[in-house]
Amino acid sequence: MVTTQLLVVGGGPGGLAAANAAASLGIEVLLVDEGLQLGGQLVKQTHKFFGSREHHAGVRGIDIPDLLMQHQGKITVLSNTAVIGCYEDKVLTAVTGEDKYFKIRPEAVVFATGASEKFLAFPGNDLPGVYGAGAVQTLMNQYGVLPGKSVLMVGAGNIGIIVSYQLLQAGIPVRAVVEAAPNIGAYLVHASKIARAGVPILTRHTIVEASGTNAVESAVIARLDDDWQVIPGSEREIEVDVVCLAVGLSPVLDLLRQVGCKTKYVPELGGEVPLRDSQLKTSIDWIFVAGDAAGVEEASAAMVEGRLAGAAAAAQLGADKGEAANVCAQCQASLDALRRGPVGAKIRAGIAKLEGDAANA
Amino acid sequence: MLKSTGIAAQKDWEGKLPEADRRKAGPYVVIECYQEIPCNPCEGACPNKAVCIGEDINAIPQVDYGRCNGCGICIARCPGLAIFVIDEGFAPGYGKVLIPWEFLPVPDKGDVVTAVGRDGKELCQAEVVEVRRARNQDRTVVIGLKVPVDMVNLVRGIKLGGEDNAR
Repeated sequence: MVTTQLLVVGGGPGGLAAANAAASLGIEVLLVDEGLQLGGQLVKQTHKFFGSREHHAGVRGIDIPDLLMQHQGKITVLSNTAVIGCYEDKVLTAVTGEDKYFKIRPEAVVFATGASEKFLAFPGNDLPGVYGAGAVQTLMNQYGVLPGKSVLMVGAGNIGIIVSYQLLQAGIPVRAVVEAAPNIGAYLVHASKIARAGVPILTRHTIVEASGTNAVESAVIARLDDDWQVIPGSEREIEVDVVCLAVGLSPVLDLLRQVGCKTKYVPELGGEVPLRDSQLKTSIDWIFVAGDAAGVEEASAAMVEGRLAGAAAAAQLGADKGEAANVCAQCQASLDALRRGPVGAKIRAGIAKLEGDAANA
Repeated sequence: MLKSTGIAAQKDWEGKLPEADRRKAGPYVVIECYQEIPCNPCEGACPNKAVCIGEDINAIPQVDYGRCNGCGICIARCPGLAIFVIDEGFAPGYGKVLIPWEFLPVPDKGDVVTAVGRDGKELCQAEVVEVRRARNQDRTVVIGLKVPVDMVNLVRGIKLGGEDNAR
């Protein structure tokens, strides 16, 4: 049995920030991550981040993990390790590689387990060549493997638009980005980057089907009417060997569900999300959440949430209350700064639903 | 249109230009940032304090054209690659457009490239008159294009893939 004061599950932006915040407040931290390399999705984010200086604005995502590991000395890192069980008596089970199975007994846990990609139903979606955007980024930006020769991107949120830009950087033409909504969801400056690179962004459009003998050879797209239905006769075929889906994310909650954390369906935050208070404590006293697992948002917010959850957990574990409260207050102000504009409206609405419920729980 | 295509309309970008007198007076910045998003590195990038966002980082940057000297330091600091610098008096009949560039190949000074507009459509041939690769630009190259002076606020990019590899 491995014991620790704080266990952080997930080494992405939320988990790294949580581990760092708790360690800097003098708490002993065990950080467990299933990847070989810490950073979660950051290791694929080659673009410069938004926000202000405190959010590492202007720094490329790939360079942020190092900045988040300043207190590495006080953090024990277990990579290539998946936490696979979480029980009411504060025992978690984990597997390193394929053969080392063990138990962890922490005093508190921050779950920063991220999100998984949503999928889309259409004929041919099981053909080789239909990818999630995360897989395209992993192949291309982490392993240096091109996913194909030409791409149809489905979804014009930040992920769809940014991955389109990265595909262009890798030398792969993006024939079009289709988006069912009437407006682009991504930051418009990102959209303008690919527009001036000649990529058409087609709002009120969807993919109808992908076809090919053994793999994707083409895709059919079509326009949508005001009721989001395909307008007959508007279909057209595009020759591509990759269909890349960037149609949203859902929080990964398996472990939280197993241990019995209360959850709620909040579509603004990606679907089912854990109930939590303003300091990111769930309905279970020793469990905190941060990052996309707490509700799908930008990585900048995940880092601040991680720091908040790490500090809140540290305070509960006996760290200097005043110091921890200072960090928490800074984080609340920082989250407010990120969310207060019009692009944060959806997130604010989602969180209002959650925190109201947590207060009444 | 911008919201559904990513392409700013003429009335959008015209609203970002300084007055005609200032345009003639020397190089000036054009910040093509139309949406309130949480982002403010441009404000800190300017050595002349010409760019203001203020306390709410979601505010749209405002430029004080009395302070802006068109140095272009902010171009590579914008995570959205939305900043350009225009010099309408670069050479008789020609202006210079400084653009951010993160694709390969990176053209060399003296190359002639195909300049494109906000929609990616080809506009004209342009001589590369400057290539900035300062360390603090963090792998975002800034390229100066010499274009006919009536094109300075239309040209915003270079055709991808180089001249021999056009798609």
